[in-house]
Amino acid sequence: MSLEVEEGEFFGLLGPNGAGKTTLINVVAGLARADAGAARVMGADVVADYRRARRMLGVVPQELVFDPFFTVRETLRLQSGYYGIRGNDAWIDEVMEHLDLTEKAQANMRSLSGGMKRRVLVAQALVHKPPVIILDEPTAGVDVELRQGLWQFVRRLNRDGHTIVLTTHYLEEAEEHCNRIAMLKSGRIAALDSTRNLLGRFPGLELRLRLDRGELPEAFPARLVSRDGARFVLKLDDYRGLEDALARLREAGLKVLEIELQPPDLEEVFVRLTGRGA
Amino acid sequence: MTGFRTLFEKELLRFWKVSVQTIAAPVLVAVLYLVVFAQALAGRAQAYPGVDYSAFLVPGLVMMSVLQNAFANSSSSLVQSKITGNIVFILLPPISYLQFFCAYVLAAMVRGLVVGAGVLGATVGFVELRLEAPLWALAFALVGAALLGALGVLAGIVSEKIDQMAAFQNFVIMPLSFLSGVFYSIHSLPALWLRLSHANPFFYMIDGFRYGFFGVSDFSPAASLAVVGASLIAVSLVTLLLLKSGYKLRH
Repeated sequence: MSLEVEEGEFFGLLGPNGAGKTTLINVVAGLARADAGAARVMGADVVADYRRARRMLGVVPQELVFDPFFTVRETLRLQSGYYGIRGNDAWIDEVMEHLDLTEKAQANMRSLSGGMKRRVLVAQALVHKPPVIILDEPTAGVDVELRQGLWQFVRRLNRDGHTIVLTTHYLEEAEEHCNRIAMLKSGRIAALDSTRNLLGRFPGLELRLRLDRGELPEAFPARLVSRDGARFVLKLDDYRGLEDALARLREAGLKVLEIELQPPDLEEVFVRLTGRGA
Repeated sequence: MTGFRTLFEKELLRFWKVSVQTIAAPVLVAVLYLVVFAQALAGRAQAYPGVDYSAFLVPGLVMMSVLQNAFANSSSSLVQSKITGNIVFILLPPISYLQFFCAYVLAAMVRGLVVGAGVLGATVGFVELRLEAPLWALAFALVGAALLGALGVLAGIVSEKIDQMAAFQNFVIMPLSFLSGVFYSIHSLPALWLRLSHANPFFYMIDGFRYGFFGVSDFSPAASLAVVGASLIAVSLVTLLLLKSGYKLRH
């Protein structure tokens, strides 16, 4: 595969389990060696110029890993030191503040809940202020409150010029935050486009109706997708089609008991492109 | 250099935080050996003329503790990090494989030497100990601790599970250190065992270290130091090659 993420982008990497998202990230982060090909971070080759490449990169790993010997602050100080930074407490305090970790600064890593450990992982990835941040499923198993706080912080980092690469299983997250998305399938790119274009790729709205009778008028201006008694799932080309459809129902003397209209979402694009659900 | 320094400090902090287990316990074990063996074997023929058996035993126990604990430090730290996955914190930053190696080996040496000093401090009051050639003793302690620290890194890289590590410790390190002449002079052994002892690198470390105390040894200290030094270079080279290739660390 060939893939380039531009500086300052909020980029999404989607795909079913085993599509190769984490492998791709591991190659970029130097945690795995590619059999062939090359990867660069801000122009620095991850093998030949690994020191520069790694300094440019902050990775939030998918696994909830921690070192049980240390407190939160010790963990963050050590991580700063690994990147060659001493006396980093001002920035560490700021990161902890944003991630709501300040109260836990002196707590041992072992004593933290899963969500808190996840926040420390995010903080660890940020201690050296990397221009590129990779988040590998950062919200897996994380409560709603943290999820919102986390996204707020990550969006702020993105606004400040950090490039963000995100892998996630939650398509709505990718839809909400990413400017551009690559969909992977079996180690290949199944789609690579702006989020807007991807959403526009399979146009149409889903119209769900429950009528008082189990029939539709002749030449109804919406495609029938499925039917269960008097419940219909239909496809409309656009919002204007809705008025026609409702007029047609009225003419035929059919009453609408329930109606639901759903715009296209990434889930559908994803399913259709990769042939399976997330 | 900051990356190296931080990793070194982290390794020190790691064993210091559990010092009851990493320092006090091995010191106690060595003291128990001294009490039991000195009592059981008291009055036996002197290993060296004019050297009491319990005095003979102390340098051996000190060096055995240095070696075993140096090995335990680097190997257990690495294996634990690999199993829990927190090794990524060290693999992600721009730390070179040489810095990685040196930080682990140096921290292992510190642990080995601290435990060795503890054993010496705890036993020195009970025996009459001379110190004929302290520089030789120091040289053997340093090079021996480095060799076992490097072996620990090697074992830590290769092992994927705690039991693989434990097997290495119990079936290689323990027998080699017990059969190295800690508890006896190898000249009291039958010819075959004497020859086998010469193939055991631990023998040269114990024997050379003991020379520093009594000025007598089974083998020339210079030749022993050469053997130990050559072993250190060989083990370090193999370990550095594995680290450079990312073997079992970067998949």
